[in-house]
Amino acid sequence: MEFTLHIWRQHGAAEHGAFVTYPVRGISPDLSFLEMLDILNEELVGRGEAPIAFDHDCREGICGSCAMVINGDPHGPLPGTTTCQLYMRHFQNATDITVEPWRARAFPVLRDLIVDRSALDSVIQAGGYVSVNTGAAPDAHAITVAKQAADAAFEAAACIGCGACVAACPNGAAMLFTAAKVAQLAIMPQGRPERSRRVIGMVEAMDDAGFGNCTNHYACTEACPKQIPLRFIAQLNREFLSAALSSREFVELARPHAHEE
Amino acid sequence: MAVADMDIPAFDPRIPDGPLADKWQRHRAEVRLVSPTNKRRYRVIVVGSGLAGAAAAASLAELGYQVDCFTFHDSPRRAHSVAAQGGINAAKNYRNDGDSVERLFRDTLKGGDYRSREANVYRLAEISNQIIDHCVAQGIPFARDYAGYLDNRSFGGAQVARTFYARGQTGQQLLLGAYGALSRQIHGGQVRLHTRTEMLDLVVEDGRATGIISRRLTDGHIEHHGADAVVLASGGYSNIYYLSTNALASNVTATYRAYRRGAWFANPSFTQIHPTCIPAVEDHQSKLTLMSESLRNDGRIWVPQAMHEERRPAEIPEAERDYYLERMYPAYGNLSPRDISSRAAKSVCDQGRGVGPSGHGVYLDFAEAIGRLGRRVINDRYGNLFEMYQRITGEDPWHTPMRIYPAAHYSMGGLWVDYDLMTTVPGLFAIGEANFSDHGANRLGASALMQGLADGYFILPQTLGHFLAARPPLTADHNSAAGAEARAAVEARLARLVAVGGRTPVETFHRRLGELMWEHCGMSRSRAGLQQALVEIPALRDEFWSGICVCGGSAEFNVVLEKAGRVADYLEFAEVMVRDALEREESCGAHFRTEHQTADGEPRREDASFSHVAAWGFRGDGVAAQRAIEPLHFEHLQPAVRNYR
Ligand SMILES: Cc1cc2nc3c(=O)[nH]c(=O)nc-3n(C[C@H](O)[C@H](O)[C@H](O)COP(=O)(O)OP(=O)(O)OC[C@H]3O[C@@H](n4cnc5c(N)ncnc54)[C@H](O)[C@@H]3O)c2cc1C
Ligand code: SF4
Ligand code: FES
Repeated sequence: MEFTLHIWRQHGAAEHGAFVTYPVRGISPDLSFLEMLDILNEELVGRGEAPIAFDHDCREGICGSCAMVINGDPHGPLPGTTTCQLYMRHFQNATDITVEPWRARAFPVLRDLIVDRSALDSVIQAGGYVSVNTGAAPDAHAITVAKQAADAAFEAAACIGCGACVAACPNGAAMLFTAAKVAQLAIMPQGRPERSRRVIGMVEAMDDAGFGNCTNHYACTEACPKQIPLRFIAQLNREFLSAALSSREFVELARPHAHEE
Repeated sequence: MAVADMDIPAFDPRIPDGPLADKWQRHRAEVRLVSPTNKRRYRVIVVGSGLAGAAAAASLAELGYQVDCFTFHDSPRRAHSVAAQGGINAAKNYRNDGDSVERLFRDTLKGGDYRSREANVYRLAEISNQIIDHCVAQGIPFARDYAGYLDNRSFGGAQVARTFYARGQTGQQLLLGAYGALSRQIHGGQVRLHTRTEMLDLVVEDGRATGIISRRLTDGHIEHHGADAVVLASGGYSNIYYLSTNALASNVTATYRAYRRGAWFANPSFTQIHPTCIPAVEDHQSKLTLMSESLRNDGRIWVPQAMHEERRPAEIPEAERDYYLERMYPAYGNLSPRDISSRAAKSVCDQGRGVGPSGHGVYLDFAEAIGRLGRRVINDRYGNLFEMYQRITGEDPWHTPMRIYPAAHYSMGGLWVDYDLMTTVPGLFAIGEANFSDHGANRLGASALMQGLADGYFILPQTLGHFLAARPPLTADHNSAAGAEARAAVEARLARLVAVGGRTPVETFHRRLGELMWEHCGMSRSRAGLQQALVEIPALRDEFWSGICVCGGSAEFNVVLEKAGRVADYLEFAEVMVRDALEREESCGAHFRTEHQTADGEPRREDASFSHVAAWGFRGDGVAAQRAIEPLHFEHLQPAVRNYR
């Protein structure tokens, strides 16, 4: 197969970027999209040019490293698929393909297709866990969890933190990502005691990190390689509302300057 | 470098006295403690944020130590632990099928072909249950039955169902649990996280590890970080074979650099080849994807009886199929341990009975299980693995058997550590896949997650305190001379890589090294082949150092330079692996020497001369590494011939 690739090149965070066109040929349909870029990169190195920088690692759709907007779609045209799991057999031969980095206010470009996604980590740091110290746990069977609940929690926990939902959202919101973690821990009984604090902390962190607001475009779930369902966003909204209404944090939230001294 | 004239360490594992079952509890009661108010005066560096690193960093921070955690990934959650599919073992005996700490211990020791320490393995089995308790408390959505209790499956080398799992994404869920714990400590200011930062050297001062030299990948900034202790949790090195189940960035640099600074490397040649991976089809293929071993619970492995069979699998009648594992190892059948299953697959393919375009493949067939259990049950158990297979190969395993072949997967070898997980350099600890650990010559499925978390959550946080308690906290400017020397060495090496200025991609050398290692130091090894490798490796290394192009400088975000440094280390480390394989004149576990086999092709251990851990010490560039041994003593369980028939 052969393609004409238009790829975003940007030397550094502070520099301007632009699309550069590269023809590739002799590509087997059984190669993955990233393996095609590997071949192009080897060619570039052979010519003494800097190869295209992109994040990747596991190449099996689980680490969440790979991240490219392909022909306008985060992770490309195939639903429920990460870039590394996208095979060239899914593309029409002899076509043009544009490749660019995630575009979002919270994800500055570092080089070429690589962006800084640490804003996602900061959301988790604000409460995406159960605060249990090592050694404190009771026997694993002390609390039973209905299979349906465990399965639903798993569905949310399957998020790989890639940020495609943010890249797809016209507002650059991280609602689906945040909702997935909030929902997982709200469903599991172990996460219940902290649910109010958690949701308020994470939503605040989301705003602080520069993510936009959700205005119900639902582009996120379509782009999500793990197909995290939209209903978790509804659950996040419910969790937030009830937390804000009932918790002590609400008081602090309503009077944000109360602690200034 | 002061290592060349160093004496050989004693390799005293410092195993506590007392009966096997009491050693760990007794040791815990006897280790020195750091008082709660003093803990914050100690700084600990943890390199790695996988299961072992994240668990250790979080747990140490919970205790009150100041922790610096480093990862070359952009987020701790991307460590390769995330890719583990099948599950994690524990001796809960929730199934009432006869499991116990004793049985898990025996299975693991036997599975490792009696090349690991009894006391360590027993402790691992003992801690396994606490791990499950802790992970459940973290809100990890493990698989459950309809009554709400945890579900289990079986893995290779075990006749009980003791493996806990979360669909086919157990590693991901456990890692996200540890990542959550780490995130909590980052939020609390107890852990400083350094992402996209790679450790390139260890700082050793007066024989003690006191820090690391790191490079910030986004701009090439080199930094020296001091600490009272350094913990390496940097994972395994199986992708020295180029094609492996490991992530592409997995590498040996952290442990290899520590080895050059005086930490001895144990059993480097013990690398596991996993039997169930999707075979390679393409020259430019970058990775071999694992199909979880759990598939062998229900899938049946077979090849055609005839050589060079041309019919499609569905057209081959039962009578003309060879379910070779069931035939050769009736007691364990399709759940035979990994080394045995891998070698059996290689041998039927070598006979010309392999399937698929390359002939390097065997069938893994679910037709019978789908018939017996129904599509729903199979989908529940393996749905995502089926989907993954189809995605990669374009074939549908619901209708045609999967094709699988062995691939490099796990390194049992790693830095030598004592019972406290400390290396031969005082103050330097190694945990998770980075140490030589508890798996001997062959790791059983679902036991790496168990070991990484046992080390990180439960062992290191106790034993590290024992080391620190005997020493006052170091002051901030304690190691300027040693730090400056190491920093200069790192800068010089980077400059050398940049200066080569050739035109050959680094990738090419990695691929060639991988082919060479797979051929001579892979699933089966011979004296002649290993000697050949010792000639080829230095030649390839010379070509590398005159041929590569890193296409840019070191003071920028340069992904080629990163990779070049890792491949350069592989090119040196490969020689240590090969020497280890050459010197070990026996077959044990994953290490199969063609000269040492029984008449029917089974590996033959040589207990009289090789019942030991082999450790290798750095003696200088261009000088062969030095070998030393730690004898293994078996008091509880006498080594027997491993029999899975
Ligand atoms: C595909 C696959 C499936 C598996 N399935 C199972 C299973 O089902 N059950 C089981 O028990 N085991 C399984 N294993 C094995 C198991 O996953 C690993 O052995 C284990 O997760 C390793 O954990 P770790 O914490 O030691 O290292 P890793 O998770 O590999 O983490 C290494 C960390 O070190 C960092 N690092 C490395 N070098 C440096 C450096 N120089 N500077 C800075 N940071 C560095 C990395 O960024 C990363 O954070 C599987 C392995 C693979 C490859
Ligand atoms: S919700 Fe989906 S798209 Fe968003 S980070 Fe998670 S996996 Fe990626
Ligand atoms: S490279 Fe890991 S998800 Fe794509």
